[in-house]
Amino acid sequence: MALTFNDAIAKYEPTLGLEVHVELNTLSKMFCGCATEFGAEPNTQTCPVCLGLPGSLPAVNGKAIESSILIGLALNCSIAPFSRFARKNYFYPDMPKNFQTSQFDEPICVNGYLDVEIETDEGMKVFRVEIERVHMEEDTGKSLHVGGATGRIHGAEYSLLDYNRAGIPLVEIVTKIIPGTGKYAPQVARAYVTELRDILRSLGVSDVKMEQGSLRCDANVSLAEIGSGKLGTRSETKNVNSLRSVERAVSGEMVRQANRLEKGERIIQETRHFLEESGETRPGRSKEQAEDYRYFPEPDLVPVTPDADWIETLRATLPEKPSLRRKRLKAEWNVPDKEMTSMVNAELLDTVEETVLLGADPTKARSWWLGEISRLANEKEVAPISLITPAQVAEVIALIAFGDLTDKLARQVVEGVISGEGTPAEVIEKRGLKVVSDDSALMVAIEAAIAAQPDTAERIRGGNIPAAGALIGAVMKATGGQADAAKVRELLLKHLGQS
Amino acid sequence: MIRNSASAMAEALAKKEITSVELTQLHLDRIDAVDSQVHAFLHVDREGALSQAAAVDAKRAAGEKLGPLAGVPLALKDVMTQKGIPTTAGSKILEGWRPPYDSTVVSNLKANGIVILGKTNMDEFAMGSSTENSAYGTTHNPWDLDRIPGGSGGGSAASLAAFEAPLAIGTDTGGSIRQPAAVTGTVGVKPTYGGVSRYGLIAFSSSLDQAGPCARTVLDAALLHEAIAGYDKKDSTSINAPVPAVVAAAKKLDVKGLKIGVVKELSGDGYQAGVRSRFDEALQELVAAGAEIVEVSCPNFEYALAAYYLIAPSEASSNLARFDSMRYGIRVGDDGNAGAEEVMKITREVGFGKEVKRRIILGTYALSSGYYDAYYGSAQKVRTLIVQDFAKAFAQADVLVSPTCPTTAFKIGEKSDDPLAMYLNDIATIPVNMAGVGGMSLPVGLSPDDGLPVGFQIMSAAMKDDLMYQVGGTLEAALLSKWGAPILSQAPALATK
Ligand SMILES: [Zn+2]
Repeated sequence: MALTFNDAIAKYEPTLGLEVHVELNTLSKMFCGCATEFGAEPNTQTCPVCLGLPGSLPAVNGKAIESSILIGLALNCSIAPFSRFARKNYFYPDMPKNFQTSQFDEPICVNGYLDVEIETDEGMKVFRVEIERVHMEEDTGKSLHVGGATGRIHGAEYSLLDYNRAGIPLVEIVTKIIPGTGKYAPQVARAYVTELRDILRSLGVSDVKMEQGSLRCDANVSLAEIGSGKLGTRSETKNVNSLRSVERAVSGEMVRQANRLEKGERIIQETRHFLEESGETRPGRSKEQAEDYRYFPEPDLVPVTPDADWIETLRATLPEKPSLRRKRLKAEWNVPDKEMTSMVNAELLDTVEETVLLGADPTKARSWWLGEISRLANEKEVAPISLITPAQVAEVIALIAFGDLTDKLARQVVEGVISGEGTPAEVIEKRGLKVVSDDSALMVAIEAAIAAQPDTAERIRGGNIPAAGALIGAVMKATGGQADAAKVRELLLKHLGQS
Repeated sequence: MIRNSASAMAEALAKKEITSVELTQLHLDRIDAVDSQVHAFLHVDREGALSQAAAVDAKRAAGEKLGPLAGVPLALKDVMTQKGIPTTAGSKILEGWRPPYDSTVVSNLKANGIVILGKTNMDEFAMGSSTENSAYGTTHNPWDLDRIPGGSGGGSAASLAAFEAPLAIGTDTGGSIRQPAAVTGTVGVKPTYGGVSRYGLIAFSSSLDQAGPCARTVLDAALLHEAIAGYDKKDSTSINAPVPAVVAAAKKLDVKGLKIGVVKELSGDGYQAGVRSRFDEALQELVAAGAEIVEVSCPNFEYALAAYYLIAPSEASSNLARFDSMRYGIRVGDDGNAGAEEVMKITREVGFGKEVKRRIILGTYALSSGYYDAYYGSAQKVRTLIVQDFAKAFAQADVLVSPTCPTTAFKIGEKSDDPLAMYLNDIATIPVNMAGVGGMSLPVGLSPDDGLPVGFQIMSAAMKDDLMYQVGGTLEAALLSKWGAPILSQAPALATK
């Protein structure tokens, strides 16, 4: 019988290693002035340099160096006073020069760590993930293989190449081996990538969108029998495109390897591809005959030698660590754990904070963004923040607080803003949504309702307060929903001698 | 007029004794008359040259301020990109490619109003010492059409010696400017590495390649040097410092108090007797002009050639990887069935010549895992030792000198089957590239044994290029007063059509 995850961890100890590629969000590419905008028409963001035309030469984007140093500092790394680019030589049509300019044995940042906290059987526990290196490299172009069954170059009828992505700056963050995670290996992997993503976002150096490929994770997993003191042969799983997949890929790979070992089969050192549907991995290229990339120092670029003062200036600009910030906001806003997690997962923490900083009540701000606005955003399949600004939400919340809008009217205002009718004030004006708070106007409606339902009115006079609902409903209907229901209730009961 | 120096032409243009259009036409006529024998040019841009010339004339007529060489024609080595003009680097693999951009050198030439006549022949990807490796036929030495004009920039040097152009651009990775200058009786300068931008220079060996001026006089080379040199942010290895004042230095004509170091290791065995005697006579001229001669030793120069033939091919194997038929140049074998990898293979098999393949294989091997330390790694160590040798030598002397080449021009075909003999041609020029310092070759007479030009090499420390121009200018003036006429006046006349 096949081993389950629990069987696997009862006998085997996993060792992890994670490699994360981050596309930096610099305005221009790593070695030329071309734009880096995502989704542009193919081959419109190219020049002699990123097309590798004969005679062209790279020149390093200073902003990319700065971003890399910021990442290194945020990950507690040492910043190398001297680092170099190297050429990684191999032929592939989407690589214009047939070598990738990358850093090899002299990376810009080394020896850091990142602490991640996960929930264990003994409560919250911190795992320290050690970082081996942070290095810079350029992205390749994209190939689209047309025809053929596999979508791969072999068997395709022809291939289309888009070099817009060629030369986009990438930073690769490589952990040291992560031992001792045991059954928590999948969660540690996920927590690490999550925390890393949040740090990168707080630094403002990348869009960190896993689904668009601006953050990609390769997970190395190996197993050894518990207590053997050995390291097993590892596999490297690529194509892991979401945080959930990181967790699934690691646990799936642990189970697969345990089953092989159990049958006495050996683990092959290879690249595997994660299959989103099944949560399994399929074999890719075997790494047992290691490809020889003939690395050598890039002679077209001078070494990177950031001066110490500059590094300290950058260190001083580091933002608050996301984990600490979450703790602080949770306390300040008095948010339950679960709510905090949903806010973080929905990537709405910044937005809610901004709304709160504009004067909104934290609970209200959270419930608007996570509730109504997220619902509309889901319908439209866009990000909530693309629909409405924190300032507009704060304005709506203030209007409710002042009694100028009811919750129901406020929803209409928000919906109006989202459908492009203007600012909240303009929507209120155009749609005539202001709360009717003039007592005399309301009294006219209340008296009309009493006249229409004299029996109900009589029952209320007799002390049957719940019967008021029918009359309040009639008033709300008569005022087109613009009356404040609480106010109507108050006036009605008073009028019938019940308060 | 076409036998004048570029500075004399510039003066005639400034005095409006001749227009740039007329001057350019004279050179185009000369090319038409003799280039079928010399084969210095791969492409002549008649219309482009005349329209550039007309633009300079118009500016001059309008009284605009112009560069010192404005309106003077020039021949461009085919390794430099010029927007819209066929650029092949002497290789079949780039046949038909028209670059969409100007190299920085070309931008600088255009900004100075220098008229580009066309592209000159060269060994394929600048790999060679004779132009016999060009995919488009050999260039012939105007001194003796059966002999090589040097290489890789044989086309540029021959165009000067044949009076097809008064100025030319060359590139020098191991001697490709200086050796052709030596064997054609012209002047060629490899500036300090980083002195002239490499942007748009089709790379052979990035850490060694350097563009520089070719001319018939030291002053002309200096004028062209100042026109093309300077910091360029598109080339990370270019030096962000003022260009040495080479024109002023070339005009000094004074070497009193300068120490001239003769490199012990770059003479003696293997150097033709006539080359050595002319070299020694030139040294006496410098002594007569007030310089002090000292002997310096650079013991590691002995290993320079071997190290060069590891570093240059290593870098070349990577630089030339981009020629894969996917984006530009020729494509062979794309029959609709063959895959990309197969088409790359066939194209590279057909598109590259023998010497280029030889060096790609050498370089690929030297960089391979398991061999890297022994080959590329050791070669880099030798390079460091050569840099140290130069540093010590420059502590003892202001400039260093040697013969540019061991021999005068050899016969076409004489060494084409013996790559090692061919490589030895560059034994005296290679150390300069390995250390990134400056080097110049100027003619110091004809070898008594064969009547062919002998080149004299002057080397200067990094960013001290002015010193080699100062010494070169002084030596040239001394020799000219002895000869009474420039050396090229002794070259046999070419038959004209
Ligand atoms: Zn570009």
